[in-house]
Amino acid sequence: MLARRIAYRSSMFVVAIASVVALWELYKVVGPQDGGKLFGVSILPRANDTAMPHIWSMLSRYGRPEVRGSDTKIWSVVLSGAFFSLRLSLVGFFLGTTIGVGLAVLMSRFRVVQRGLLPYLVMSQTVPLIALAPLVVSWGGKLEIGSFVWPRWLSASILGTFLAFFPIAVGTLRGLASAPAAALELMESYAASWKQTLFKLKFPAAVPYMVPALKLGASGSVIGVVVAEISTGLKGGIGRLIIEYAREATGDPAKVFTAVFGAAALGITMSGLVALSDVVLMRNRPKESST
Amino acid sequence: MSALEVLAASKIFNQGTTKQVDALVDVSLTVQPGEFVSLIGPSGCGKSTLLRLIANLLEPTTGSVSVNKKTAAQARLDQDYGMAFQQAGLFDWRTVSKNIELPLELKGWEKSRRETRAKEMLELVKLPEFADLYPWQLSGGMQQRIAIARALASHPPLLLMDEPFGALDEMTREYMQGELLRICGETSTTVVFVTHSIPEAVYLSNRVVVMSPRPGRITKVIEVGLGATRNEDTRAAEGFFKGITAVREALRGTHAEHAAANAVRGVEDR
Repeated sequence: MLARRIAYRSSMFVVAIASVVALWELYKVVGPQDGGKLFGVSILPRANDTAMPHIWSMLSRYGRPEVRGSDTKIWSVVLSGAFFSLRLSLVGFFLGTTIGVGLAVLMSRFRVVQRGLLPYLVMSQTVPLIALAPLVVSWGGKLEIGSFVWPRWLSASILGTFLAFFPIAVGTLRGLASAPAAALELMESYAASWKQTLFKLKFPAAVPYMVPALKLGASGSVIGVVVAEISTGLKGGIGRLIIEYAREATGDPAKVFTAVFGAAALGITMSGLVALSDVVLMRNRPKESST
Repeated sequence: MSALEVLAASKIFNQGTTKQVDALVDVSLTVQPGEFVSLIGPSGCGKSTLLRLIANLLEPTTGSVSVNKKTAAQARLDQDYGMAFQQAGLFDWRTVSKNIELPLELKGWEKSRRETRAKEMLELVKLPEFADLYPWQLSGGMQQRIAIARALASHPPLLLMDEPFGALDEMTREYMQGELLRICGETSTTVVFVTHSIPEAVYLSNRVVVMSPRPGRITKVIEVGLGATRNEDTRAAEGFFKGITAVREALRGTHAEHAAANAVRGVEDR
Protein backbone atom coordinates (compact mmCIF):
# COMPACT_ATOMS: atom_id res chain seq x y z
CA MET A 1 0.00 0.00 0.00
CA LEU A 2 2.54 2.52 1.20
CA ALA A 3 5.19 1.27 -1.21
CA ARG A 4 2.75 1.65 -4.10
CA ARG A 5 1.90 5.18 -3.08
CA ILE A 6 5.55 6.13 -2.85
CA ALA A 7 6.25 4.53 -6.25
CA TYR A 8 3.32 6.41 -7.77
CA ARG A 9 4.38 9.73 -6.28
CA SER A 10 8.00 9.40 -7.37
CA SER A 11 7.01 8.43 -10.92
CA MET A 12 4.73 11.50 -11.05
CA PHE A 13 7.66 13.60 -9.86
CA VAL A 14 9.87 12.28 -12.68
CA VAL A 15 7.10 12.93 -15.23
CA ALA A 16 6.70 16.50 -13.95
CA ILE A 17 10.43 17.22 -14.20
CA ALA A 18 10.59 15.67 -17.69
CA SER A 19 7.70 17.86 -18.88
CA VAL A 20 9.40 21.03 -17.65
CA VAL A 21 12.64 20.02 -19.40
CA ALA A 22 10.74 19.24 -22.59
CA LEU A 23 8.88 22.58 -22.51
CA TRP A 24 12.12 24.49 -21.91
CA GLU A 25 13.90 22.85 -24.83
CA LEU A 26 10.82 23.18 -27.07
CA TYR A 27 10.69 26.92 -26.45
CA LYS A 28 14.37 27.18 -27.31
CA VAL A 29 13.55 25.66 -30.70
CA VAL A 30 10.42 27.65 -31.56
CA GLY A 31 10.90 30.84 -29.49
CA PRO A 32 12.36 34.07 -30.92
CA GLN A 33 16.12 34.32 -30.37
CA ASP A 34 16.00 37.95 -29.26
CA GLY A 35 12.66 37.96 -27.52
CA GLY A 36 9.40 38.96 -29.05
CA LYS A 37 6.49 41.32 -28.75
CA LEU A 38 2.96 40.16 -28.21
CA PHE A 39 0.36 42.85 -28.93
CA GLY A 40 3.09 45.47 -28.70
CA VAL A 41 4.39 44.38 -25.29
CA SER A 42 7.72 42.63 -25.11
CA ILE A 43 6.64 39.58 -23.26
CA LEU A 44 8.27 36.59 -24.95
CA PRO A 45 11.62 35.70 -23.31
CA ARG A 46 14.75 35.45 -25.43
CA ALA A 47 15.42 31.89 -26.47
CA ASN A 48 19.15 32.34 -27.06
CA ASP A 49 21.77 30.41 -25.10
CA THR A 50 22.67 33.37 -22.87
CA ALA A 51 19.17 33.84 -21.49
CA MET A 52 18.08 30.22 -21.68
CA PRO A 53 21.00 27.79 -21.64
CA HIS A 54 20.36 24.20 -22.66
CA ILE A 55 19.45 21.84 -19.83
CA TRP A 56 22.52 19.73 -20.58
CA SER A 57 24.85 22.70 -20.35
CA MET A 58 23.42 23.49 -16.91
CA LEU A 59 23.95 19.92 -15.80
CA SER A 60 27.44 19.65 -17.24
CA ARG A 61 28.36 22.91 -15.52
CA TYR A 62 28.15 21.01 -12.20
CA GLY A 63 31.19 18.95 -13.20
CA ARG A 64 33.40 21.94 -14.04
CA PRO A 65 35.38 24.12 -11.59
CA GLU A 66 33.65 27.06 -9.88
CA VAL A 67 36.18 29.59 -11.19
CA ARG A 68 38.71 29.05 -13.95
CA GLY A 69 41.85 27.34 -12.70
CA SER A 70 40.33 26.28 -9.40
CA ASP A 71 40.28 22.69 -8.18
CA THR A 72 36.87 22.83 -6.53
CA LYS A 73 34.10 21.59 -8.78
CA ILE A 74 30.92 23.64 -8.73
CA TRP A 75 28.73 20.78 -7.49
CA SER A 76 30.58 20.64 -4.20
CA VAL A 77 30.27 24.44 -3.78
CA VAL A 78 26.53 24.35 -4.46
CA LEU A 79 26.08 21.34 -2.22
CA SER A 80 27.87 22.89 0.73
CA GLY A 81 25.97 26.16 0.16
CA ALA A 82 22.67 24.32 0.17
CA PHE A 83 23.69 22.43 3.30
CA PHE A 84 24.66 25.69 5.04
CA SER A 85 21.26 27.17 4.21
CA LEU A 86 19.51 23.95 5.21
CA ARG A 87 20.92 24.22 8.71
CA LEU A 88 19.77 27.85 8.99
CA SER A 89 16.33 26.88 7.66
CA LEU A 90 16.04 24.06 10.17
CA VAL A 91 16.82 26.46 13.02
CA GLY A 92 14.28 28.92 11.62
CA PHE A 93 11.68 26.22 11.13
CA PHE A 94 12.20 24.85 14.63
CA LEU A 95 11.84 28.30 16.20
CA GLY A 96 8.86 29.07 13.95
CA THR A 97 7.12 25.84 14.96
CA THR A 98 7.71 26.50 18.64
CA ILE A 99 6.43 30.07 18.41
CA GLY A 100 3.57 29.21 16.05
CA VAL A 101 2.26 26.29 18.12
CA GLY A 102 2.75 28.28 21.34
CA LEU A 103 0.76 31.22 19.98
CA ALA A 104 -1.98 28.89 18.72
CA VAL A 105 -2.34 27.25 22.14
CA LEU A 106 -2.44 30.67 23.80
CA MET A 107 -5.03 31.95 21.32
CA SER A 108 -7.22 28.87 21.66
CA ARG A 109 -7.04 29.10 25.46
CA PHE A 110 -7.95 32.78 25.71
CA ARG A 111 -10.39 34.28 23.23
CA VAL A 112 -9.22 37.74 24.26
CA VAL A 113 -5.70 36.92 23.11
CA GLN A 114 -7.02 35.56 19.82
CA ARG A 115 -9.04 38.71 19.14
CA GLY A 116 -6.22 41.00 20.12
CA LEU A 117 -3.33 39.15 18.54
CA LEU A 118 -4.59 37.65 15.29
CA PRO A 119 -4.92 40.96 13.37
CA TYR A 120 -1.32 41.85 14.30
CA LEU A 121 -0.11 38.44 13.14
CA VAL A 122 -1.84 38.97 9.80
CA MET A 123 -0.36 42.46 9.56
CA SER A 124 3.13 41.18 10.39
CA GLN A 125 3.08 39.13 7.21
CA THR A 126 2.57 42.22 5.06
CA VAL A 127 5.93 43.69 6.13
CA PRO A 128 8.37 43.19 3.24
CA LEU A 129 11.13 40.78 4.18
CA ILE A 130 13.76 42.88 2.40
CA ALA A 131 12.95 45.81 4.68
CA LEU A 132 13.02 43.68 7.78
CA ALA A 133 16.31 41.89 7.15
CA PRO A 134 18.71 44.79 7.90
CA LEU A 135 16.66 45.70 10.97
CA VAL A 136 16.97 42.21 12.44
CA VAL A 137 20.71 42.25 11.78
CA SER A 138 21.20 45.58 13.56
CA TRP A 139 18.92 44.61 16.50
CA GLY A 140 20.76 41.33 16.84
CA GLY A 141 24.08 43.12 16.84
CA LYS A 142 22.98 45.33 19.71
CA LEU A 143 21.70 42.41 21.75
CA GLU A 144 23.79 41.49 24.78
CA ILE A 145 22.70 38.71 27.08
CA GLY A 146 25.56 37.75 29.34
CA SER A 147 28.27 36.17 27.23
CA PHE A 148 25.85 35.40 24.39
CA VAL A 149 26.98 37.00 21.15
CA TRP A 150 24.45 37.18 18.33
CA PRO A 151 25.95 35.28 15.38
CA ARG A 152 25.34 36.76 11.93
CA TRP A 153 23.68 33.60 10.65
CA LEU A 154 21.05 33.77 13.39
CA SER A 155 19.52 36.84 11.74
CA ALA A 156 18.88 34.80 8.60
CA SER A 157 17.29 32.03 10.65
CA ILE A 158 15.08 34.57 12.43
CA LEU A 159 13.75 35.77 9.09
CA GLY A 160 13.00 32.13 8.26
CA THR A 161 11.15 31.95 11.56
CA PHE A 162 9.25 35.10 10.65
CA LEU A 163 7.83 33.46 7.52
CA ALA A 164 7.37 30.02 9.12
CA PHE A 165 5.49 30.84 12.31
CA PHE A 166 2.43 32.44 10.70
CA PRO A 167 0.97 29.52 8.70
CA ILE A 168 1.84 27.19 11.59
CA ALA A 169 0.04 29.41 14.13
CA VAL A 170 -3.06 29.79 11.96
CA GLY A 171 -3.19 26.11 10.95
CA THR A 172 -2.69 24.87 14.50
CA LEU A 173 -5.32 27.29 15.80
CA ARG A 174 -7.86 25.93 13.33
CA GLY A 175 -6.83 22.38 14.17
CA LEU A 176 -7.21 22.90 17.93
CA ALA A 177 -10.70 24.28 17.31
CA SER A 178 -11.61 21.28 15.16
CA ALA A 179 -12.23 18.90 18.07
CA PRO A 180 -15.95 18.02 17.88
CA ALA A 181 -18.29 19.48 20.51
CA ALA A 182 -19.39 15.98 21.56
CA ALA A 183 -15.77 14.99 22.26
CA LEU A 184 -15.25 18.13 24.34
CA GLU A 185 -18.43 17.36 26.28
CA LEU A 186 -17.16 13.83 26.85
CA MET A 187 -13.88 15.16 28.27
CA GLU A 188 -15.88 17.53 30.47
CA SER A 189 -17.99 14.64 31.73
CA TYR A 190 -14.73 12.95 32.77
CA ALA A 191 -13.80 16.13 34.65
CA ALA A 192 -10.62 16.25 32.51
CA SER A 193 -8.29 19.18 33.15
CA TRP A 194 -7.50 21.76 30.48
CA LYS A 195 -4.08 20.20 29.96
CA GLN A 196 -5.51 16.68 29.63
CA THR A 197 -8.04 17.90 27.07
CA LEU A 198 -5.27 19.70 25.16
CA PHE A 199 -2.94 16.72 24.90
CA LYS A 200 -5.40 13.85 24.70
CA LEU A 201 -8.00 15.46 22.45
CA LYS A 202 -7.16 18.83 20.91
CA PHE A 203 -3.63 18.17 19.66
CA PRO A 204 -4.41 14.74 18.15
CA ALA A 205 -7.48 16.27 16.50
CA ALA A 206 -5.31 19.11 15.17
CA VAL A 207 -2.74 16.90 13.40
CA PRO A 208 -4.56 16.81 10.01
CA TYR A 209 -4.58 20.62 10.06
CA MET A 210 -1.04 21.01 11.35
CA VAL A 211 0.70 18.88 8.71
CA PRO A 212 -0.14 21.15 5.72
CA ALA A 213 0.61 24.18 7.90
CA LEU A 214 4.03 22.74 8.75
CA LYS A 215 4.69 22.17 5.03
CA LEU A 216 3.97 25.84 4.34
CA GLY A 217 6.12 26.77 7.31
CA ALA A 218 9.01 24.64 6.04
CA SER A 219 9.05 26.26 2.61
CA GLY A 220 8.54 29.66 4.26
CA SER A 221 11.63 29.20 6.39
CA VAL A 222 13.70 28.36 3.26
CA ILE A 223 12.48 31.48 1.46
CA GLY A 224 13.15 33.60 4.54
CA VAL A 225 16.69 32.31 4.88
CA VAL A 226 17.56 32.65 1.17
CA VAL A 227 16.18 36.19 0.96
CA ALA A 228 17.94 37.12 4.20
CA GLU A 229 21.27 35.80 2.86
CA ILE A 230 20.87 37.96 -0.23
CA SER A 231 19.78 41.14 1.53
CA THR A 232 22.20 40.94 4.46
CA GLY A 233 25.09 39.64 2.38
CA LEU A 234 25.66 36.60 4.59
CA LYS A 235 28.33 34.37 3.04
CA GLY A 236 28.28 30.60 2.71
CA GLY A 237 24.66 29.93 1.80
CA ILE A 238 22.80 29.18 -1.40
CA GLY A 239 21.18 32.64 -1.50
CA ARG A 240 24.56 34.27 -1.66
CA LEU A 241 25.66 31.88 -4.44
CA ILE A 242 22.61 32.79 -6.52
CA ILE A 243 23.38 36.50 -6.31
CA GLU A 244 27.11 35.96 -7.04
CA TYR A 245 26.55 33.64 -9.99
CA ALA A 246 23.83 35.86 -11.43
CA ARG A 247 26.45 38.59 -11.90
CA GLU A 248 28.35 36.25 -14.21
CA ALA A 249 25.25 35.47 -16.27
CA THR A 250 26.57 37.04 -19.48
CA GLY A 251 29.83 35.12 -19.57
CA ASP A 252 28.69 31.90 -17.88
CA PRO A 253 24.90 31.68 -18.21
CA ALA A 254 24.57 28.10 -16.98
CA LYS A 255 26.31 28.87 -13.70
CA VAL A 256 23.44 30.66 -11.93
CA PHE A 257 21.10 27.79 -12.70
CA THR A 258 23.29 25.38 -10.74
CA ALA A 259 22.64 27.49 -7.64
CA VAL A 260 18.92 27.92 -8.42
CA PHE A 261 18.53 24.15 -8.60
CA GLY A 262 20.41 23.91 -5.32
CA ALA A 263 17.83 26.20 -3.71
CA ALA A 264 15.00 24.12 -5.16
CA ALA A 265 16.58 20.93 -3.81
CA LEU A 266 16.83 22.64 -0.43
CA GLY A 267 13.11 23.45 -0.46
CA ILE A 268 12.22 19.90 -1.52
CA THR A 269 14.38 18.47 1.26
CA MET A 270 12.64 20.62 3.87
CA SER A 271 9.11 19.76 2.77
CA GLY A 272 10.21 16.15 2.36
CA LEU A 273 11.12 16.08 6.05
CA VAL A 274 7.63 17.31 6.92
CA ALA A 275 5.98 14.87 4.48
CA LEU A 276 7.83 12.08 6.26
CA SER A 277 6.35 13.18 9.58
CA ASP A 278 2.95 13.24 7.86
CA VAL A 279 3.30 9.58 6.85
CA VAL A 280 4.32 8.63 10.39
CA LEU A 281 1.67 10.68 12.22
CA MET A 282 -1.25 9.82 9.95
CA ARG A 283 -0.55 6.12 9.47
CA ASN A 284 -3.43 5.00 11.69
CA ARG A 285 -5.99 7.59 10.65
CA PRO A 286 -8.99 7.04 8.38
CA LYS A 287 -7.94 7.57 4.78
CA GLU A 288 -10.34 10.46 4.07
CA SER A 289 -8.44 12.85 6.33
CA SER A 290 -4.94 11.95 5.16
CA THR A 291 -5.09 14.16 2.08
CA MET B 1 -31.30 5.14 49.03
CA SER B 2 -31.80 6.58 45.59
CA ALA B 3 -29.23 6.46 42.81
CA LEU B 4 -30.30 9.80 41.50
CA GLU B 5 -32.53 12.58 42.72
CA VAL B 6 -33.67 15.65 40.80
CA LEU B 7 -35.57 18.10 43.00
CA ALA B 8 -37.71 20.87 41.51
CA ALA B 9 -35.04 21.61 38.92
CA SER B 10 -35.49 24.34 36.31
CA LYS B 11 -33.22 25.42 33.49
CA ILE B 12 -33.81 28.74 31.81
CA PHE B 13 -31.47 29.84 29.02
CA ASN B 14 -30.85 33.55 28.32
CA GLN B 15 -32.84 34.54 31.37
CA GLY B 16 -34.31 38.03 31.23
CA THR B 17 -33.57 38.58 27.56
CA THR B 18 -35.92 38.43 24.59
CA LYS B 19 -34.34 35.10 23.69
CA GLN B 20 -35.35 33.49 27.00
CA VAL B 21 -36.06 29.76 26.70
CA ASP B 22 -37.68 27.79 29.51
CA ALA B 23 -35.97 24.49 28.73
CA LEU B 24 -37.07 22.80 31.96
CA VAL B 25 -39.53 23.94 34.59
CA ASP B 26 -39.93 22.39 38.03
CA VAL B 27 -38.81 18.86 37.20
CA SER B 28 -38.53 16.24 39.95
CA LEU B 29 -37.37 12.68 39.37
CA THR B 30 -36.05 9.96 41.66
CA VAL B 31 -34.33 6.87 40.27
CA GLN B 32 -33.63 3.78 42.37
CA PRO B 33 -30.39 1.80 42.09
CA GLY B 34 -30.51 -0.72 39.26
CA GLU B 35 -33.50 0.95 37.66
CA PHE B 36 -33.74 1.65 33.93
CA VAL B 37 -35.53 4.93 33.20
CA SER B 38 -36.20 6.37 29.75
CA LEU B 39 -36.92 9.99 28.95
CA ILE B 40 -39.16 10.44 25.92
CA GLY B 41 -40.86 13.42 24.34
CA PRO B 42 -40.92 15.65 21.28
CA SER B 43 -37.95 17.82 20.29
CA GLY B 44 -37.48 20.72 22.63
CA CYS B 45 -39.09 19.03 25.63
CA GLY B 46 -35.84 19.30 27.56
CA LYS B 47 -34.95 15.62 27.84
CA SER B 48 -31.36 16.19 26.75
CA THR B 49 -31.19 19.25 29.00
CA LEU B 50 -32.34 17.11 31.94
CA LEU B 51 -29.66 14.54 31.13
CA ARG B 52 -27.03 17.29 31.04
CA LEU B 53 -28.20 18.63 34.40
CA ILE B 54 -27.72 15.16 35.87
CA ALA B 55 -24.29 14.95 34.24
CA ASN B 56 -23.39 18.41 35.61
CA LEU B 57 -22.58 19.59 32.09
CA LEU B 58 -25.21 22.27 32.81
CA GLU B 59 -26.11 23.90 36.11
CA PRO B 60 -29.80 24.07 37.06
CA THR B 61 -31.19 27.61 37.30
CA THR B 62 -33.16 26.58 40.37
CA GLY B 63 -33.59 23.31 42.23
CA SER B 64 -31.00 20.64 42.87
CA VAL B 65 -29.56 17.44 41.45
CA SER B 66 -27.88 14.76 43.51
CA VAL B 67 -26.20 11.63 42.23
CA ASN B 68 -25.21 8.87 44.63
CA LYS B 69 -26.05 11.18 47.60
CA LYS B 70 -23.51 13.71 46.31
CA THR B 71 -23.96 17.00 44.47
CA ALA B 72 -23.91 16.54 40.69
CA ALA B 73 -20.62 18.47 40.54
CA GLN B 74 -18.92 16.17 43.02
CA ALA B 75 -20.32 13.12 41.24
CA ARG B 76 -18.80 14.34 37.98
CA LEU B 77 -15.40 14.89 39.63
CA ASP B 78 -15.59 11.39 41.11
CA GLN B 79 -16.72 9.94 37.76
CA ASP B 80 -19.78 8.41 39.36
CA TYR B 81 -21.45 8.16 35.99
CA GLY B 82 -20.53 7.16 32.45
CA MET B 83 -21.97 8.81 29.38
CA ALA B 84 -22.78 7.72 25.82
CA PHE B 85 -24.06 9.91 23.00
CA GLN B 86 -25.76 9.41 19.65
CA GLN B 87 -22.39 9.58 17.92
CA ALA B 88 -20.09 6.97 19.42
CA GLY B 89 -17.47 9.74 19.60
CA LEU B 90 -14.49 7.41 19.70
CA PHE B 91 -11.09 8.98 19.07
CA ASP B 92 -9.83 8.05 15.59
CA TRP B 93 -6.19 8.08 16.67
CA ARG B 94 -6.62 5.57 19.47
CA THR B 95 -7.08 1.85 19.14
CA VAL B 96 -10.33 0.35 20.42
CA SER B 97 -8.56 -0.73 23.58
CA LYS B 98 -6.97 2.69 24.15
CA ASN B 99 -10.37 4.35 23.65
CA ILE B 100 -11.82 2.27 26.46
CA GLU B 101 -8.83 3.16 28.62
CA LEU B 102 -9.33 6.91 28.15
CA PRO B 103 -11.44 7.60 31.28
CA LEU B 104 -9.08 5.42 33.34
CA GLU B 105 -6.05 7.29 32.00
CA LEU B 106 -7.65 10.58 33.03
CA LYS B 107 -8.22 9.13 36.48
CA GLY B 108 -4.53 8.24 36.70
CA TRP B 109 -4.76 4.46 36.68
CA GLU B 110 -1.51 2.69 35.92
CA LYS B 111 -0.99 0.97 32.61
CA SER B 112 -1.30 -2.71 33.55
CA ARG B 113 -4.50 -2.11 35.52
CA ARG B 114 -5.97 -0.13 32.61
CA GLU B 115 -5.16 -2.86 30.11
CA THR B 116 -6.71 -5.56 32.28
CA ARG B 117 -9.88 -3.52 32.68
CA ALA B 118 -10.07 -2.73 28.94
CA LYS B 119 -9.82 -6.44 28.22
CA GLU B 120 -12.62 -7.19 30.67
CA MET B 121 -14.82 -4.52 29.10
CA LEU B 122 -14.17 -5.91 25.60
CA GLU B 123 -15.27 -9.32 26.85
CA LEU B 124 -18.38 -7.73 28.32
CA VAL B 125 -19.40 -6.16 24.99
CA LYS B 126 -18.31 -9.34 23.15
CA LEU B 127 -15.66 -7.70 20.96
CA PRO B 128 -12.41 -9.05 22.44
CA GLU B 129 -10.78 -9.67 19.05
CA PHE B 130 -11.03 -6.01 18.04
CA ALA B 131 -8.77 -4.57 20.76
CA ASP B 132 -6.01 -3.41 18.42
CA LEU B 133 -8.13 -2.14 15.56
CA TYR B 134 -9.00 1.52 15.06
CA PRO B 135 -12.60 2.73 15.51
CA TRP B 136 -13.03 3.67 11.85
CA GLN B 137 -12.41 0.04 10.92
CA LEU B 138 -15.56 -1.02 12.83
CA SER B 139 -19.27 -0.85 11.95
CA GLY B 140 -21.57 1.70 13.60
CA GLY B 141 -23.07 -0.86 15.97
CA MET B 142 -19.62 -2.08 17.05
CA GLN B 143 -18.48 1.51 17.62
CA GLN B 144 -21.48 2.13 19.84
CA ARG B 145 -20.69 -1.02 21.85
CA ILE B 146 -17.14 0.26 22.33
CA ALA B 147 -18.59 3.59 23.47
CA ILE B 148 -20.69 1.75 26.05
CA ALA B 149 -17.62 -0.19 27.17
CA ARG B 150 -15.78 3.12 27.57
CA ALA B 151 -18.66 4.64 29.54
CA LEU B 152 -18.68 1.67 31.92
CA ALA B 153 -14.89 1.21 32.12
CA SER B 154 -14.50 2.75 35.57
CA HIS B 155 -17.54 0.77 36.81
CA PRO B 156 -19.71 3.82 37.49
CA PRO B 157 -23.01 3.07 39.24
CA LEU B 158 -24.91 5.26 36.78
CA LEU B 159 -25.00 5.30 32.97
CA LEU B 160 -26.39 8.33 31.11
CA MET B 161 -27.29 7.78 27.45
CA ASP B 162 -28.44 10.37 24.93
CA GLU B 163 -30.11 8.59 22.00
CA PRO B 164 -27.20 6.17 21.73
CA PHE B 165 -28.87 3.98 19.09
CA GLY B 166 -30.43 6.83 17.11
CA ALA B 167 -28.00 6.48 14.21
CA LEU B 168 -28.23 2.68 13.89
CA ASP B 169 -30.38 0.62 11.53
CA GLU B 170 -33.41 -1.18 12.95
CA MET B 171 -31.88 -4.68 13.16
CA THR B 172 -28.69 -3.47 14.84
CA ARG B 173 -30.77 -1.30 17.10
CA GLU B 174 -32.84 -4.19 18.45
CA TYR B 175 -29.72 -6.27 18.93
CA MET B 176 -28.06 -3.40 20.81
CA GLN B 177 -31.09 -2.99 23.07
CA GLY B 178 -30.80 -6.63 24.10
CA GLU B 179 -27.05 -6.24 24.64
CA LEU B 180 -27.52 -3.11 26.72
CA LEU B 181 -29.99 -4.86 29.03
CA ARG B 182 -27.63 -7.81 29.41
CA ILE B 183 -24.62 -5.58 30.15
CA CYS B 184 -26.50 -3.43 32.64
CA GLY B 185 -27.93 -6.52 34.27
CA GLU B 186 -24.47 -8.07 34.65
CA THR B 187 -22.99 -4.87 36.06
CA SER B 188 -26.15 -3.79 37.98
CA THR B 189 -25.86 -0.32 36.50
CA THR B 190 -28.59 2.29 36.85
CA VAL B 191 -29.51 3.83 33.50
CA VAL B 192 -31.11 7.08 32.39
CA PHE B 193 -31.81 6.79 28.67
CA VAL B 194 -32.98 9.53 26.31
CA THR B 195 -34.80 8.31 23.20
CA HIS B 196 -37.21 9.27 20.42
CA SER B 197 -38.51 5.76 19.94
CA ILE B 198 -41.58 4.51 21.84
CA PRO B 199 -40.90 0.74 21.43
CA GLU B 200 -37.29 1.25 22.46
CA ALA B 201 -38.30 3.09 25.62
CA VAL B 202 -40.88 0.44 26.55
CA TYR B 203 -38.64 -2.53 25.76
CA LEU B 204 -35.75 -1.22 27.86
CA SER B 205 -37.32 0.55 30.79
CA ASN B 206 -38.78 -0.04 34.20
CA ARG B 207 -40.29 3.41 33.92
CA VAL B 208 -40.85 5.71 30.96
CA VAL B 209 -40.84 9.44 31.73
CA VAL B 210 -42.98 11.34 29.20
CA MET B 211 -42.05 14.98 28.72
CA SER B 212 -43.60 17.89 26.86
CA PRO B 213 -42.18 21.14 25.49
CA ARG B 214 -42.70 24.88 26.02
CA PRO B 215 -41.93 24.84 28.85
CA GLY B 216 -40.11 21.52 29.17
CA ARG B 217 -41.63 19.43 31.94
CA ILE B 218 -42.60 15.91 32.96
CA THR B 219 -46.24 15.15 32.08
CA LYS B 220 -46.48 11.50 33.00
CA VAL B 221 -44.43 8.64 34.39
CA ILE B 222 -45.47 5.22 33.09
CA GLU B 223 -44.54 1.98 34.87
CA VAL B 224 -43.77 -0.73 32.35
CA GLY B 225 -45.04 -4.09 33.66
CA LEU B 226 -42.73 -6.36 31.71
CA GLY B 227 -40.78 -7.90 34.57
CA ALA B 228 -37.03 -8.23 34.95
CA THR B 229 -36.14 -10.63 32.13
CA ARG B 230 -36.68 -9.40 28.61
CA ASN B 231 -35.84 -11.19 25.40
CA GLU B 232 -37.01 -11.31 21.79
CA ASP B 233 -40.35 -12.79 22.93
CA THR B 234 -40.95 -9.63 24.93
CA ARG B 235 -41.47 -7.77 21.67
CA ALA B 236 -44.53 -9.92 20.99
CA ALA B 237 -45.87 -9.88 24.55
CA GLU B 238 -49.14 -8.23 25.46
CA GLY B 239 -47.52 -6.09 28.13
CA PHE B 240 -45.17 -4.66 25.48
CA PHE B 241 -48.06 -3.44 23.33
CA LYS B 242 -49.92 -2.15 26.38
CA GLY B 243 -46.83 -0.16 27.34
CA ILE B 244 -46.49 1.24 23.82
CA THR B 245 -50.14 2.29 23.81
CA ALA B 246 -49.84 3.93 27.21
CA VAL B 247 -46.73 5.91 26.19
CA ARG B 248 -48.31 6.87 22.86
CA GLU B 249 -51.43 8.15 24.57
CA ALA B 250 -49.38 10.13 27.04
CA LEU B 251 -47.47 11.66 24.14
CA ARG B 252 -50.78 12.37 22.34
CA GLY B 253 -51.83 14.28 25.42
CA THR B 254 -48.86 16.53 25.00
CA HIS B 255 -49.61 16.59 21.29
CA ALA B 256 -53.21 17.79 21.84
CA GLU B 257 -51.97 20.61 24.04
CA HIS B 258 -49.48 21.72 21.47
CA ALA B 259 -51.19 20.69 18.26
CA ALA B 260 -50.96 24.19 16.88
CA ALA B 261 -47.28 24.34 17.76
CA ASN B 262 -46.60 21.11 15.88
CA ALA B 263 -45.09 19.61 18.95
CA VAL B 264 -44.72 15.92 18.15
CA ARG B 265 -42.27 16.63 15.39
CA GLY B 266 -39.31 14.50 16.22
CA VAL B 267 -41.09 11.62 17.92
CA GLU B 268 -40.83 8.54 15.79
CA ASP B 269 -43.21 5.68 16.10
CA ARG B 270 -40.81 2.85 15.56
